[in-house]
Amino acid sequence: MNELRSKVKELLGSNALELFIGYERGTRLPRPLLAASAEDADRLIFDEYCTGNLAVYLTRKDLVGGKKTGIAASYYAMRNICRLLDENQLQEGAIKIFGLTPEGTLKAFDTIADVRRYLQETPAPSKQVEDEWVQEIDAMPAAERWKFWTSELSKCFKCYACRAACPMCYCTKCIVEVNRPQWVQPWAATLSNMEWQINRVMHMAGRCADCGACGTACPLGIPVHIIAHKMAEMVRQSFGEPAGKGAVLSTFNPNDEENFIR
Amino acid sequence: MELKYIPKTSLNAWLAKVKDSGRQLYAPVAENGKTNFKRVSSVDEISMGHVQTAQSAKGVAFPRTEKLFSYARQQGSVTLQDYDPNALPSTVVFGLHPCDAAAFKPLSGIFGWDTQDKPFSERMQRVTLVSLSCSKCDAFCFCTSVGGSPGNADGSDILLTAVSDEGYLVEIVTDKGKSLIEPHAALFEAAPEVSKAELLAHVEVKFSVDEVERKIADAFESDVWKRQSARCMGCGACAFVCPACACFDVQENAKGAAGDRIRCWDSCGFALFTLHTSGHNPRGTQSQRWRQRLLHKFSYMPRRLAVRGCTGCGRCSRACPVDMNLSEHLKELESIHRTS
Repeated sequence: MNELRSKVKELLGSNALELFIGYERGTRLPRPLLAASAEDADRLIFDEYCTGNLAVYLTRKDLVGGKKTGIAASYYAMRNICRLLDENQLQEGAIKIFGLTPEGTLKAFDTIADVRRYLQETPAPSKQVEDEWVQEIDAMPAAERWKFWTSELSKCFKCYACRAACPMCYCTKCIVEVNRPQWVQPWAATLSNMEWQINRVMHMAGRCADCGACGTACPLGIPVHIIAHKMAEMVRQSFGEPAGKGAVLSTFNPNDEENFIR
Repeated sequence: MELKYIPKTSLNAWLAKVKDSGRQLYAPVAENGKTNFKRVSSVDEISMGHVQTAQSAKGVAFPRTEKLFSYARQQGSVTLQDYDPNALPSTVVFGLHPCDAAAFKPLSGIFGWDTQDKPFSERMQRVTLVSLSCSKCDAFCFCTSVGGSPGNADGSDILLTAVSDEGYLVEIVTDKGKSLIEPHAALFEAAPEVSKAELLAHVEVKFSVDEVERKIADAFESDVWKRQSARCMGCGACAFVCPACACFDVQENAKGAAGDRIRCWDSCGFALFTLHTSGHNPRGTQSQRWRQRLLHKFSYMPRRLAVRGCTGCGRCSRACPVDMNLSEHLKELESIHRTS
């Protein structure tokens, strides 16, 4: 923790960085801190509880635009950063990335190639809970599964916390805000809530880092991250590991089995 | 105010009678780790173990989605079907805390500011609030900092306070409340001699709201808004769980030549909220939207409607994905230097 504080202070002090996106102590759990001064940097923490995905701030032009930025990145945030680079949303070399190894030591990355290597060599944090959810839901007869998702999504009041928390939801105008024509009804109702979630997850096909931030963000506890998790699993099964490739919905490969079309 | 006592064993019997007298009963129901107000079909569904429900009770008077009127065009003429208040049911909300009951005052202030809003006022006339004083609180509660208290009866029609595990002190605040009790008077007993204050949760006063309101009235240009809102992601969670937030959007559910005019919840935290047709957005950044949220609640509403837009329920802070803790931010605002 002190190591990160002193490094960030040094980088901010020497003007090598103008902004550092990290964590500080929050009311219950660590929360994001956008540190711009040595004084701010003194509040930084980085431990195993710092799991919120801070990559979401990297595409916020009002905060980051043009600034030399550093970030304390969780495993999944690193996945997002690689993906954002693939999608030309970030510039190679413009961000200084710090990670925390599974052993809890601070690791500074010099290049994105290093980050990609680290992601390949390091086992991803467990998704056991999510896997169990998927197993349980997959095991339901279709009518029961429909009832489950209808009941869950009927609660949604469209605060769009799931969208706001997602590093890959960086569109400045979301499909739900396009009103000429209006694709998705903007008020909260079971059907249009479903349309929204299906749209959201479809747009994540092959792009989602499976970090779970959408589900954590939901103030009503709707397990929307399970839809994304299931989607990530299906994409992997059908198209292999998405790393380094274009998004499955925007690339064409004549060798695709297309076994999902019946 | 009339005082009575109801044994715990009679409470469910009374609520069942109230429900069976042709009223809808809304009460806290626990489901998948979250508690929310739901219309119950049996009083056995009611859950009392929570500190605070995830959502407030405001939906009984200001539903998240509501049809204002319907229209149909036929051969050049238009028929309108106006909002029909006669179709609205009588509703009893049970188990809301004093912060939620108090929040119907700012809501009424907004919906009755100029003309009386028909859907809201018609619903309010049919709503009876049976509140429950708080015997526990958490780190997010701050009712005592904004003029409330865990045993505040303002806004409630009836206020229950747990005397022990055995029963509740019953404060009958309004005639509406009285009418729920009188037909079932046999279930109620004489009030015991108790000190209500000793039965309530201790909610620490975290800041002086008068000082906050004095400070922010002059702080429009302060850089504090930018600093505080840096981590805000711009979702609407805080507004939608807030018992006093009243922003709405008006939408059209058109199907060919017929359709409905819809009112649905909106939030000043959304980037689109103030976007003009021209493309100009007077609140183009999140810091401007955060400033609007706080000034609206703690400056504009107190001045224009003589009521604050916050009752200290703490829901916004519990719901926020990035811990925009409101009482912490208000405490900071209390001590900023005046900029003018």
